[in-house]
Amino acid sequence: MRLQRSRVGIILSYALLTTLALLFFIPVMMMLAGSLKPDERVLMEAGSLAGFIPGEVSLQNYTDVFNRTEFLGFLFNSLFITGTIVIFGLLVNALAAYAFARLRWRGRDLFFNLVLAVMILPLEAIAVPLFYGVSLLGLRDTYLAQILPFIANAFSIYLFYAFFIGLPRELEEAARLDGASTLRTFFSIIVPNSKPVFASVAILNFLMWWGAYLWPLMVTIGPEVRPLPVAIAAFYTLPPLQWGDILAFSVMMVAPVLLLFILFQRWFVRGVAATGIKG
Amino acid sequence: MSPPARLDDHTPVVLLIAGPALIGLLVFVLVPFLFALLTAFTNLRLGSPLPLEFVGLKQFTRILSDPTFVRAMGNNFLFALIIVPLQTALALGLALLLNQGLRGTVIYRTLFFMPVVFPMSLVAVVWILIYAPGPNGMMNSLLDLLSFGQWQPRDFLRDPALALPAIMLLSIWQGTGFQMVILLAGLQAIPQELHEAAALDGAGHWQRFLHVTLPQLRNPLTFVMLITTILAFRLFDQVQIMTRGGPDNATTTVMYEMVETVFTRQQVARASAMTVIFFLLVLGVTWLQRHLVRETREVE
Repeated sequence: MRLQRSRVGIILSYALLTTLALLFFIPVMMMLAGSLKPDERVLMEAGSLAGFIPGEVSLQNYTDVFNRTEFLGFLFNSLFITGTIVIFGLLVNALAAYAFARLRWRGRDLFFNLVLAVMILPLEAIAVPLFYGVSLLGLRDTYLAQILPFIANAFSIYLFYAFFIGLPRELEEAARLDGASTLRTFFSIIVPNSKPVFASVAILNFLMWWGAYLWPLMVTIGPEVRPLPVAIAAFYTLPPLQWGDILAFSVMMVAPVLLLFILFQRWFVRGVAATGIKG
Repeated sequence: MSPPARLDDHTPVVLLIAGPALIGLLVFVLVPFLFALLTAFTNLRLGSPLPLEFVGLKQFTRILSDPTFVRAMGNNFLFALIIVPLQTALALGLALLLNQGLRGTVIYRTLFFMPVVFPMSLVAVVWILIYAPGPNGMMNSLLDLLSFGQWQPRDFLRDPALALPAIMLLSIWQGTGFQMVILLAGLQAIPQELHEAAALDGAGHWQRFLHVTLPQLRNPLTFVMLITTILAFRLFDQVQIMTRGGPDNATTTVMYEMVETVFTRQQVARASAMTVIFFLLVLGVTWLQRHLVRETREVE
């Protein structure tokens, strides 16, 4: 039996959803339309309906971005930093979680409590000492300082652990009896059966590091290893202020992720919903 | 933790497979945090001629009597106080609307979730344009339209009364989708039979919401409120990009003051003490949430 719904209720729901969706979409429309307009019209028309219609389409702003900034360099930096953190993070944190969920070793409970304790420390709580450490070692303005400290991640370990502990033990028993090593069992049995959690952890970490601002702002100095989030803020302060260029930068910055999001939407939604199990 | 299946000791192989992550957490999280915890009680300052000394709580009393820092903490609390109920209510409303099995749900969900994949620094820069001063600014024109011409154009980000609310609005825009998805998953986990049983007992929509949906949703709701509160205490990107803490400290935050202390004053000890204060705030919120969740579990 499905609960009855009134027709008025349905119409009202659609009206509300559509109004809210339009409000949510306004900034995106403005970004897109403005990026295609001559610069002087962006600010002038932002307050009218014309703000959402490009009118004469021009790609001038996009060419400006390439002329005025090292956009491709920043894009590479962001992809390289985020990609490395995500890929090494998956490997290292999943293996650690497997050791907690399935193996017997000295100090296991102690270390598990350490993981749980460290989980409530956001980056902001270690940014200051980490910054002085990086400065002391002369590692400011490097990829290393933006990658290495963030590969091990307590929350990722926790998410993997929660998933592995729920896998039936029989899966591994057969492999074990055949004499497969621990590592081999992990890669040939556990990994193929844990795709959802790998996807969730990858997406959550990707979103977090792709958008990270505080840490790269602190450790980068010049534009060489600067990622996109810091680059767009720097571009905004680079005179002359040209809104068309800034919006073109924004569109190019968000387009690849938006495409990924639309293609793998189900996984994004699942990944985010998975954080809720922590509660 | 359940007991392992076998009694044999895996310690050697564990060093290899769990070692990298555990060393990483020790070296890059725990040790730096302990370092901050220790230095917060000293007078450490880069390039200072004074000898390193243990100064007790002096850094803390100094910070907590600094009007700018007190204002920063106040701003964080105000931000949390307004944004947590507002954003949770909006996310819950959207989740309820999307959970009715209406056609086109996926499209709406996509639209509401989309800002989540926008980096906050990009959102901040784009919203500076939305808040442009003068009658041509988008927010000014929108408010003019909604008030039938009564609205006087304002310079949102330079107005001490409007700057923080302006930042709140874009934070809600960017963050609501995240909460919505978690609550939607929570709603979908509620057994349909509960609603049907309540309906058979003559409960209307509102009563079912109060007596079935809300109690069943208690854990995801507390979780969503926890992460939103912590987000409010972490507030930095928008402030650094849009207002630099101004005007007149109207938008400064604990994080903003901390980073300023690192870069403009080189005061390691003072910045460390701010880190500790930030940590205590987060710890307090987390403790409160664990407490609330545990209570429900006991009741169940």
